Amino acid sequence: MSIFEKTDASLLDAIADLHEVPQGAYNIRKNGQGFARQSSENITIETKTGKPGINIYVKPFTKNESVHIPVIITQSGVEDLVYNDFYIGEGADVLIVAGCGIHNSGDKKTEHDGIHRFFIGKNARIKYVEKHYGEGEGTGDRVLNPVTEVTMEEGSFCEMEMVQLAGVDSTVRETNASLAAGAKMVVTERLLTHGKQTARSNMEINLNGEDASAQIISRSVAKDESEQIFYPRAVGNAACRAHVQCDSIIMDNAKVRSIPEIAANDADAQIVHEAAIGRINNDQLLKLMTFGLTEEEAEDVIVNVFLK
Amino acid sequence: MLELKNVSFSVESGDGNLEIIDDISLTIDDGQFVVITGPNGGGKSTLARLIMGIEQPTKGQIIFNGTDITHMSITERAKLGVGYAFQQPPRFKGLTVRRLLSLAHGSELPEDECCAYLTSVGLCSKEYLNREVDASLSGGEVKRVEIATLMARKLKLAIFDEPEAGIDLWSFAMLVESFRSMCKNRYETVIVISHQERIMQLADEMIVVEKGKVRTRGSKDEVFPKLLDELDEGCDFRGKGAGDK
Repeated sequence: MSIFEKTDASLLDAIADLHEVPQGAYNIRKNGQGFARQSSENITIETKTGKPGINIYVKPFTKNESVHIPVIITQSGVEDLVYNDFYIGEGADVLIVAGCGIHNSGDKKTEHDGIHRFFIGKNARIKYVEKHYGEGEGTGDRVLNPVTEVTMEEGSFCEMEMVQLAGVDSTVRETNASLAAGAKMVVTERLLTHGKQTARSNMEINLNGEDASAQIISRSVAKDESEQIFYPRAVGNAACRAHVQCDSIIMDNAKVRSIPEIAANDADAQIVHEAAIGRINNDQLLKLMTFGLTEEEAEDVIVNVFLK
Repeated sequence: MLELKNVSFSVESGDGNLEIIDDISLTIDDGQFVVITGPNGGGKSTLARLIMGIEQPTKGQIIFNGTDITHMSITERAKLGVGYAFQQPPRFKGLTVRRLLSLAHGSELPEDECCAYLTSVGLCSKEYLNREVDASLSGGEVKRVEIATLMARKLKLAIFDEPEAGIDLWSFAMLVESFRSMCKNRYETVIVISHQERIMQLADEMIVVEKGKVRTRGSKDEVFPKLLDELDEGCDFRGKGAGDK
């Protein structure tokens, strides 16, 4: 029998595609407390001392293993702050699945602020997937304010996929990274806001070593009265490459601000940014309508594939 | 059968109304492969867009298989079996070729069927299935995908708006080879807007549209030689140059 209640299971499915306890190492946090945990031979999860949260140690050269650390909140009024540190050993290659799901059926604000620090060792690779999701019939706000700090050693690789597609009323995301020589970072942000939701994403990627490279891709759709602000910054302090791309679809009475900033402190830094905000192209709608889709169906298809 | 009865389409311009389509009446019987040609800006694409419902006529009626579709939406016309391949197809960020073909088809298309459509328009199918129909595709590639989206549908009336535009001549020659048989097997009636002689050679009937009116219509054997004569007469440079020599 599952250890999860029905609401837990649906949240875990939404944020981590989990239907049962995951394979490998995991730590599941529920309503501000540890709920289930398992370390593996190569991945150790420990409770932090002095403040809430966990330390995750991945042994050097661990390959093809995963860590799941989902957080779920099902009690209205919980305000949860957690510090999670990831130490990824040299040459390791792991998948980290995080994410937070809030079910708020009450009238109190529910908030989770996850402060994540990553120390990625020499030539190590991680893929980090984080989904944020909110639901519940209550009037209480669902708030998520994640902070992510990434320190990348020489030759390491970090792919981050951060997704928030529904139900989060307010979010402020801070992401900071520093890259040593030959390190490569790819960040993809996908965001959909609706109703009166607000979302802000601040990001600063410092490329400090020769041949470091970064790619930041942000795709968002703002509907109804929602508001979004993107402020990604790429700073080149060595012979490095970076590309920042912000692309937003704006609908209804939404507001979107996109402020990509690039800075070079080395003559051999090559940094590019592009940003676009626009309505759905009318020809795209017409094309899909000539297949027999209604205008609303066509709009859904365009939004869904854009955020895919 | 498609009938246009006194169809006009005008837009407001600085000097009053500009007639893009000026009182056109015509009937296209089932099973016909009709090529519409004529000078740029003459109203050909507008005519196609009026039939698809992308534009609404300012006057007149459009009857399709006995149903008055004049005020029907694009979606309703599509459901009646009308399809339109755009002259300049839009691109979609995130939409793969396979998904686009499936949307055209109305349900998830098996991989082998997608591949067959792509191959028939000269695209190496395996390479393209999961590519996005975005700015990474060239103009010619997007045009071929556009033609393939019509292949993926079972239509009573298929309208192609300058299918040759953007496709290099070598590939186009190969595309034309299969174009007619492809259309014959798949659609009841085909309207192609084209300036290409190779396409005109496929026509059961040709219609020349100029200044918003049907100037000539008839079999390709009647119309095509006239067009060539006019080209000779109308081209001063060619006329004088030949005479001087």
